Amino acid sequence: MMDPIENIQGKVETISSGKRMLEIKNIKKAFGNKHVLNGFNLELYEGENVVIMGKSGSGKSVMIKCLVGLMQPDSGSIKIMDKDIATLNQKDLDDLRTEIGFLFQGSALYDSMTVRENLEFPLRRHKHKFGDVVDTNQLVEEALENVGLLHTIELMPAELSGGMQRRVALARALILRPKIILYDEPTSGLDPITAKEIVDLMRRVQRLYQTSSIIITHDIDCARVVSERIVLLVDGVDYARGTFEELAASDDGKIQAFFK
Amino acid sequence: MIRSNKIGSFFIEIGELTYFTRRFFKELFSRPFEFKELLRQCYSIGNRSLMLVCVTGFIIGLVITLQTRPTLEEFGAESWMPSMVSISIIREIGPVIIALTFAGRIASGIGAELGSMRVTEQIDAMEVSGTNPFKFLVVTRILAATLMLPLLVILGDAIALYGSYIIENIKGDVSFQLYFNKVFKALKFSDIIPATIKTYFFGFAIGLVGCFKGFYCDKGTVGVGLAANSAVVFSSMLLFIIDFIAVFVTDIFMKFK
Ligand SMILES: Nc1ncnc2c1ncn2[C@@H]1O[C@H](COP(=O)(O)OP(=O)(O)O)[C@@H](O)[C@H]1O
Ligand SMILES: [Mg+2]
Repeated sequence: MMDPIENIQGKVETISSGKRMLEIKNIKKAFGNKHVLNGFNLELYEGENVVIMGKSGSGKSVMIKCLVGLMQPDSGSIKIMDKDIATLNQKDLDDLRTEIGFLFQGSALYDSMTVRENLEFPLRRHKHKFGDVVDTNQLVEEALENVGLLHTIELMPAELSGGMQRRVALARALILRPKIILYDEPTSGLDPITAKEIVDLMRRVQRLYQTSSIIITHDIDCARVVSERIVLLVDGVDYARGTFEELAASDDGKIQAFFK
Repeated sequence: MIRSNKIGSFFIEIGELTYFTRRFFKELFSRPFEFKELLRQCYSIGNRSLMLVCVTGFIIGLVITLQTRPTLEEFGAESWMPSMVSISIIREIGPVIIALTFAGRIASGIGAELGSMRVTEQIDAMEVSGTNPFKFLVVTRILAATLMLPLLVILGDAIALYGSYIIENIKGDVSFQLYFNKVFKALKFSDIIPATIKTYFFGFAIGLVGCFKGFYCDKGTVGVGLAANSAVVFSSMLLFIIDFIAVFVTDIFMKFK
């Protein structure tokens, strides 16, 4: 039963050769007696797009939240750019977080603030990342321009459609020019056409800023288009990994279930 | 498991609230201080309850005067009206009723607002973008509620007294000057100061419970409604407890004088 996984893993090692951006080793997380993660492993190399797939409620969001320190795993280690996040103090953790953009599942725009204020928010503590003299307005406008929504700058999030909100959220996640971007179900709740727009945008961002990304998705089309590598999260572990074609060709029942 | 026990869960809640309060004081005195957001919250909280407080205050004044007058008339003591009404409004009825309406408006508002921010991951988003959400959202709201309620109570009391004057003027032909002369003669600092101090505690309790319920809101759509609702219930209950303690303590101090 373990055979197909090991075969696939063997191939992966040859594909990825760049610098290692992050590493999750054997993390476990339980809520009460409900074991969500049971020893999950993941690496991300520079310039790579890794897709994580897993059933709803399998702990994908929990995993990605452990990664940025929003939740603490019960055991295991998480290293981002060779820094173990469990050992960092608040300030170092905040500084490290500027290297990570997080696109939340439901966009998570601050609904009491305008689009402009939403984008300014990450800058209020981390402006120094761009040196002493920096024009906040210019940064905000540039970020919105990149997602094609400059005209919405003075609107409230509630006045935007779901797809536009997702794009604004992406602009906000990118405003500090992170090296790693984490997407939590970037296309969920969107119609297929809007979903495709978001996927195109993600690829554009990837090319423009040379980022590495982890993408959690159910959307098999999205996975096919953006992934260099797929990791399947089943029963709290990294059950299988490989390219889209490799996994789609697998005859393991649990893997096949994702590609029907 | 432990939570299935109702009394047990009540004490767990008290424990968590205590921990939350401790965290508030710890974060209150550490930098950076979100001053701009505090002002914004003061404005928003004050503005949202202003109309409500004015209307409530006015009606308290009218009703108390109308209800009390016949009894005092029976004894031929209607000249005591201003002093009696003003003391009962300033010492007890004004602060408590205005705080209760404030709780209905603000505790539920804060509970729902923070609850929906929690559920939609806005609080997480703040945290990853380097702003401490406890400081930005919770500390500012609790402080704003603590600072605004006393002002609103003073305003509400004044309007209540004015309402009372209107009735006196119509029914007893008492002039504005005479009415307020009597009021200020009757009121002592020992009526006003304890009553004002206790409104700070009321405001603090309302902000605290609203934030506590919202900040730890359960996921899911029912969570937000529940947070808003239990914030009102819990903070109203707390108001009466604080009121009792305040009256008790004031009473002890008065004896020593
Ligand atoms: N804060 C929490 N407290 C208790 N249980 C949680 C919490 N967060 C997530 N869970 C549970 O962990 C499981 C995985 O959740 P999640 O990671 O959100 O799933 P998904 O893979 O769909 O993103 C779910 O069953 C959820 O109920
Ligand atoms: Mg999820």
